[in-house]
Amino acid sequence: MNVFTEKYDVIIIGAGHAGCEAALACSRLGLETIIFTMSADNIAFMPCNPHIGGSSKGHLVREIDALGGEMGKNIDKTFLQSKMLNTSKGPAVHSLRCQADKMEYSKKMKEVLEHQEHLTIKQAEVSELIYEEPSDELKAEGYKHIITGVKIFSGITYEAKAVILCTGTYLKSRCLTGEAITYSGPNGLQPSNLLSQSLLDAGIELRRFKTGTPARMDGNTIDYSKMTEQFGDTPVIPFSFDTDPADVQRPQVSCWLTYTNEKTHEIIKNNIDRSPIYAGIIEGVGPRYCPSIEDKVVKFPDHERHQVFVEPEGTFTNEMYIDGMSSSLPEDVQIAMYRTVPGLENCRIVKNAYAIEYDCLCPGQLHPTLEIKNIRGLFSAGQFNGSSGYEEAAAQGLYAGINAVMQIKNKPYLSIDRSEGYIGVLVDDLVTKENLEPYRMMTSRAEYRLLLRQDNADIRLRGKGHEVGLIDDERYNKLLKKIEQTKNEVDRLKSINIGANSKIQDFLTRCGSTPLKTAVSLAELLCRPEMTYDMIAEIDPERPTLPKDVIEQVEITIRYEGYINRQERQVEQFKKLERKLIPADINYDDVSSLRLEARQKLEKFRPVNIGQASRIGGVNPADISVLIIYLDSMNRGKQNEE
Amino acid sequence: MSGVFNNFNDDTICAVATAMSDAGIGVIRVSGKEAVAICDKIYRSAKMEQTLRSHNPNTIKFGYICDGEKVVDEVMISFMKAPHSFTREDVVEINTHGGMLIMNQIIELLLKNGCRLADPGEFTKRAFLNGRIDLTKAEAIMDIISAQNNFALESSRNQLRGSIYDKVKKLREQIIYEMAFIESALDDPENYDLNGYPEKLKTKVSTMITEIEKLLDTADEGQIRKDGIKTVIVGKPNAGKSSLLNTLIGDERAIVTDIAGTTRDIIEETVRLGDIVLHLIDTAGIRTTDDIIEKMGVDKAKSKIEEADLVLYILDSTRDIDDEDKEIIELCKDKKTVVLLNKNDLSDDIKISEENVLEYFNREDKIPVIKTSMLKGNGIDELKDALSLLFFNGDITPKQEVYITNLRHKELLQKTFESLKLVDDSIEKNLSEDFYTVDLSNAYAYLGEIIGEEVGDDLVEEIFSKFCMGK
Repeated sequence: MNVFTEKYDVIIIGAGHAGCEAALACSRLGLETIIFTMSADNIAFMPCNPHIGGSSKGHLVREIDALGGEMGKNIDKTFLQSKMLNTSKGPAVHSLRCQADKMEYSKKMKEVLEHQEHLTIKQAEVSELIYEEPSDELKAEGYKHIITGVKIFSGITYEAKAVILCTGTYLKSRCLTGEAITYSGPNGLQPSNLLSQSLLDAGIELRRFKTGTPARMDGNTIDYSKMTEQFGDTPVIPFSFDTDPADVQRPQVSCWLTYTNEKTHEIIKNNIDRSPIYAGIIEGVGPRYCPSIEDKVVKFPDHERHQVFVEPEGTFTNEMYIDGMSSSLPEDVQIAMYRTVPGLENCRIVKNAYAIEYDCLCPGQLHPTLEIKNIRGLFSAGQFNGSSGYEEAAAQGLYAGINAVMQIKNKPYLSIDRSEGYIGVLVDDLVTKENLEPYRMMTSRAEYRLLLRQDNADIRLRGKGHEVGLIDDERYNKLLKKIEQTKNEVDRLKSINIGANSKIQDFLTRCGSTPLKTAVSLAELLCRPEMTYDMIAEIDPERPTLPKDVIEQVEITIRYEGYINRQERQVEQFKKLERKLIPADINYDDVSSLRLEARQKLEKFRPVNIGQASRIGGVNPADISVLIIYLDSMNRGKQNEE
Repeated sequence: MSGVFNNFNDDTICAVATAMSDAGIGVIRVSGKEAVAICDKIYRSAKMEQTLRSHNPNTIKFGYICDGEKVVDEVMISFMKAPHSFTREDVVEINTHGGMLIMNQIIELLLKNGCRLADPGEFTKRAFLNGRIDLTKAEAIMDIISAQNNFALESSRNQLRGSIYDKVKKLREQIIYEMAFIESALDDPENYDLNGYPEKLKTKVSTMITEIEKLLDTADEGQIRKDGIKTVIVGKPNAGKSSLLNTLIGDERAIVTDIAGTTRDIIEETVRLGDIVLHLIDTAGIRTTDDIIEKMGVDKAKSKIEEADLVLYILDSTRDIDDEDKEIIELCKDKKTVVLLNKNDLSDDIKISEENVLEYFNREDKIPVIKTSMLKGNGIDELKDALSLLFFNGDITPKQEVYITNLRHKELLQKTFESLKLVDDSIEKNLSEDFYTVDLSNAYAYLGEIIGEEVGDDLVEEIFSKFCMGK
């Protein structure tokens, strides 16, 4: 019996941050899309921290927005507090971070999904993939199956041309609080226990990762007078390039800073054998970048205290998130431990801290399009791919969603390389590296960080968004105008020379800048660290009136020109290697001069180009030389035949 | 990773194309768009005016390779225009007869003027990729690249004797720690504070720069072998200075070059003791007067000794050590010194023993004391061994790979040095911390290439293992 109840173009499994972006991208591009969720009341749920953005993650949100994704717009509607981080540092590391109202965030995203044409929301557990044998042509490209749909728990089947796995932490998940283990998804939600076996049957390799979350406290039991209040920025800068800044200037809610102390650490040390990780109960690999408090205490014994941020979960609740103290210690230890922290002496825990384990994809199984190599039409995004974080998930969801559409419509895939966006870095790292722990974005992972700023995400990626069809002409033209205005103004500032006359010297002295020796251009003057575009208005009477975002681009372009040029030259070299393609049917066993390790790694990851090959651990420059010669000899051999 | 970018064939490369040996002629090959332009910077024709550019391609000409005004070597040079060359690029071939030392020096000059040292097998690779070599040879070429690369890695490892390896490793550890600290602070600004950090980093970077300079000096060991160890012979009248000089230069085969002198007025001489080259200062003084101390006074001797890398102090072992000797010993106290106890054939009259000498010198490092007899020519082999130990840790293996590895290391150390200077510059210019890591990471990668370690995910590893990331 093989009766399809309904036919769709695309099926999305999971309605977290990846699933929502994937579903919206597919439906907005006109494909009939259905999104399955274990709980339709928990769409775009934030099961861990209550913020969106932060260092490098903020960049991702901006990029998602530039491409036509939803996350930036949704947080602009629902934030409680907003801060631009690292403003005293270079523009490349400025990063926006917002505290979210979790319930509002989820509600608003659900609203967007519900109002989206071509999109259906369905609460059901997907239990099986359905696939067929592919054509010989596809087999030659390495595909073993071609996806045709999914089956849900009730036995009903859904037909589709593409399926996107966005299962997050729900696959065979279990939560641990000391000795207490519950076989559930995050926050007591139902896990998805059946799909893993179907994935394994389809030849997909899985592994176990873990992550954790701190306790939520009853806000009425917290003494804030013992903590330091943390305010948001005024004025607020919106995440989305399309949000009117005037719409986000609203009252903000504070967070609170306090610290652990020796007493806290002592309790943890005395009970460390009751931690499921240290007791060996947890088999999953956890992230080191957001360690549990017991990890911090054990691994950094010389730290006398650790920061603890107390943050609101939303306006709908009293619950406070205890950031910096995630844990999987037993409940009795948790309560004792939290109560040593100033301000939490009398706290009551609403929800215990816990660690969560889940199934996710082993490395080496993804195409750079986020399609799973074995199965034509099966894409995956988010925590299932071994990443962590809402923003990383959303970025992949959007990327996988767009590429599923491109495949169905038989159009060129969306490709963002490492020099074009953090999304490119994220995808390339997930596709090319072993990643032994949940992968988190960091600005240090981006080689061309100076070019990949949050302020120019629109300039970098809106064009691509427009090309795939998620950015309309109006928004695209707005961007073109911004680019043109920036260029004209930079040229103008470079062309206007000012002499060393007394008026200028007087102006410079007043600004605390050194007087001129010879005439310079306005641009050169702007390169002085103490000068700003606004300041030199006085000696630049003919300047045009420009929007703030253009002025920002002008200042950055002029000030960092030397560094930007240097990185652009590096990018040229990088691009040359990216353009050297490796045929999909290459047999590395034929390349006998490759060292064994290199051959094994190349076979495992099967890179699409020489650049990607060079980034695989264990492949050295000499191996790359050998590979280049091999490819060249293959090409020449083919030419000779013709 | 940086080596990967050598795959564009758009730069100009150079290397010794023949086996490097002291025996005869060697060929240095330069290939690439800039080959002629770069060679013209160091080449003078026989009449010192013609450029290589004006030569007809495929002819061989006589001329000089010069370092500024200084002539390095007489060479035969030829130029083959693309595509009529081995690599199908513009190729210049320099035929030298100066042996390894000279070849080494010419390569360094080429590097200084814009060449890159060719990767193992790179000429052949270019020849192949440019269609010069038949398809059937592809397999063999891949094998060559792979084998030569393994060989280069191995010889590099072999050559990095303990101390240098440790130093490079330690420098790398320092650099990655600073990078990790900066990145942690950028990632988690509420937890790690960068206030006052640039000043601290500046101090650390300048210490590292000094370390690199020292390492570059070590890399200049090759330089010492080439130019010779600046050596001064000192001793009282009649101790045997001129006999020593005659013994050293007497052997015709040992003479390498006579520099800037005429037969009548030789003031400097370069001699070779086996694999060691000594560059003797003020030999004229010894020849004409047989006594530089007496003639020039102790002050002048002092300046000569200061200038020298090595002092050969010759003592007449049949005479007691007197005040004059003590003065000389005092002058030698910070110098690499070899004491020659001469006239040791006159065994009945020996008044000074090795122990006496060491006592007078009273130094922590045990200076070599060699019993010689200039009259009989005894002790020269022992001197050779002592010098080898003193300057090259006893390691004199002047094989091709030593020089090439040395050049590679030096090139990378130089790049490290420049990257660290850029960090210093960024701090100086008050740029924010995120700019520092760009050049720090380059320095880290270059040092890694020296010891054959990839960069990989080192930074992320370091961040997570050394810093406690919070929010």
